[in-house]
Amino acid sequence: MKEKTIVADIDRSRYDFRFEEDESSFLGSGLTAQIINEISQEKGDPDWMRELRLHSLDIYNKTEMVNWGPSIDELDVDKIITYIRQKSRMNTDWNDVPEDIKKTFENLGIPQAERESLAGVGAQYDSELVYHNVRKEVAQSGVVYTDLENAMHDERYAEMIKSHFMKLVPPTDHKFAALHGAVWSGGSFVYVPKGVRLEIPLQSYFRLNAKGAGQFEHTLIILEEDSYLHFIEGCSAPKYYEAGLHAGCVELYVGKNATLRYSTIENWSKNMYNLNTKRALVSEGGKIEWVSGSFGSHVSYLYPMSILNGEGARAEFTGITFAGEGQNLDTGAKMVHNAPNTSSYMNTKSISKSGGVSTFRSAVVVKENAHGSKSAVSCESLMLDSISRSDTIPAMDIRTKYADIGHEAKIGRISDESVFYLMSRGISEQEARAMIVRGFADNVSKELPLEYAMEMNNLIGLEMQGSIG
Amino acid sequence: MSQLLTIKDLCVSAEDKQLLHGITLEIEKGSTHVLMGPNGAGKSTLGLAVMGSPEYTVTSGKIIFDGDDITDESAYERAKRGIFLSFQDPVEIPGITLSEFLRNSLEQITGTRIKLWDFKKKLKAAMDILDMDSSYADRDLNAGFSGGEKKKAEILQLLMLQPKLAILDETDSGLDVDAVKTVSKGISEYKARTGGTLLVITHNTRILQSLQADATHILSSGRIAANGGAELIYEVITSGFDKYIIGK
Repeated sequence: MKEKTIVADIDRSRYDFRFEEDESSFLGSGLTAQIINEISQEKGDPDWMRELRLHSLDIYNKTEMVNWGPSIDELDVDKIITYIRQKSRMNTDWNDVPEDIKKTFENLGIPQAERESLAGVGAQYDSELVYHNVRKEVAQSGVVYTDLENAMHDERYAEMIKSHFMKLVPPTDHKFAALHGAVWSGGSFVYVPKGVRLEIPLQSYFRLNAKGAGQFEHTLIILEEDSYLHFIEGCSAPKYYEAGLHAGCVELYVGKNATLRYSTIENWSKNMYNLNTKRALVSEGGKIEWVSGSFGSHVSYLYPMSILNGEGARAEFTGITFAGEGQNLDTGAKMVHNAPNTSSYMNTKSISKSGGVSTFRSAVVVKENAHGSKSAVSCESLMLDSISRSDTIPAMDIRTKYADIGHEAKIGRISDESVFYLMSRGISEQEARAMIVRGFADNVSKELPLEYAMEMNNLIGLEMQGSIG
Repeated sequence: MSQLLTIKDLCVSAEDKQLLHGITLEIEKGSTHVLMGPNGAGKSTLGLAVMGSPEYTVTSGKIIFDGDDITDESAYERAKRGIFLSFQDPVEIPGITLSEFLRNSLEQITGTRIKLWDFKKKLKAAMDILDMDSSYADRDLNAGFSGGEKKKAEILQLLMLQPKLAILDETDSGLDVDAVKTVSKGISEYKARTGGTLLVITHNTRILQSLQADATHILSSGRIAANGGAELIYEVITSGFDKYIIGK
């Protein structure tokens, strides 16, 4: 009485709708100083930004292609459309957003979520933000949540942006950081003043609609002393035959005794190259909490890094990666202890099925001055069949004798014994397997925002339907 | 009395090794049968084969439950018919709480939705019988449970699921005197409430003190070496299995 279903892919109908692009809005593909100048002009960059773009292009051209991870040979950056001219000004009312774009976000449930559970929302469609709004009471507390383009021209924030933008992730970091510096567009700027604690989250949603395009949004968040923020980032794109590229950049500055929780759910279509760079700098007594769910993309390189720069600073990374057919997801995290008595904790789960490959890389660096620091890494992998693959690559660089470091890794399969046990209690084989996978992911999925946790549970159920037969 | 379980000339093997050689057994509805035998005789194998473990292959013979041939059915289908096995060493399943697992299982077996409130009340009552702290309901299924706690959790499932046939595989082994008493209380309660049928696999008499055995079977080298009444238990306890060991 086995139910045989053919589900090679999860139900992506929610993401796979799309609208035709008017090609006259493309600024051409390829990377030349001329294109970069055009983007810069189109966006009305200040001089320093135009220079940063050109300088980044120069670094990009001089930097070798990445060669240590999953293959990106099929990615032809010269063919990626790096900038799509905006169809619409940025709006603060959904009614002013063009109909097809508004419909896209409605299908994704964004305006509804905004009404129900968010303090503010930003929505990016291709290269530019189309919507940004925060609740009045949030704005009144001095919290700024806007797009970088506008903030750069606002004299209140211009200096702040100039002194933080790509300082944590410089264009010299790696080839795609340089690419990002040259062509970045869209994203968010968030500023939380001293002592302000936002109890409800802000959310940004990135949607790449045009085919063969790249998305290069930049997120810059600055938290002052004693503040609190939960920021949620969601990403999706419909599936095209042409590969897409996401090379975003996230820079987070966590002030003294402040806490930032940064949740990401990445569900790009399965032909995207997700080469994203995220980094946080944490001051004395501050804390960064990363929650990261990677479900989409053809290839991912994603290793959020936390630099614990002040005494007693803390970092926590909770991540889950689900690699299905045709996916090679290389994810992990890096912790740098650069002050005494800092602590970091990494807890990740990865699942691979139908030939999917998931690799977990962790790096812990404890500098000489970081005595009294603690670090614990725990990673578990589950392979659902014999054609899938899971690897764990830990690295540790400890420069002080006075540190407490722990590492634990487990790779396994679903045991027949567990399936039989559940079946002997009246649970079908398919449901038994799904229960075991959900159980495996449980302590990570409960960290996700509720609607994403539910979506992940559904996703596991759907994935399991195809795995027996 | 009508038969609940009939095992006819059952041969079972695992990884090409034959473990049971033609077992025939009849168990009437509402009765309590005891299965004894030296280590490695095939007692657990018989219990697991009746439950439908995929680890074992029935090479010939039949298992008839309540008039239906279930030899080819999966464990899940057998559970729905009302067969239950209390495992000797239950597996640990992280990430699923005992309570959510049991509710799921109960709904599957009865085929009806059960309201959370009603379920919690029923669960609390069953846990009280077994002197289980209610916090166990929210702990992951068997994860980090001691041997005794695992056995109690099995009997808790027996009380909640109320099967027609319960096979208890060495439920008393590794338990201290008090724990045996508690577990026995749970089994008696099941019997009293449902008039259920028991097949008790055991090495000693402690668990049998509160249960009235109707029949005893001695298993040796994968064959039935002797059948008898309750008196056979005491004979074995005093004189051992020697005279039943086949081939001696």
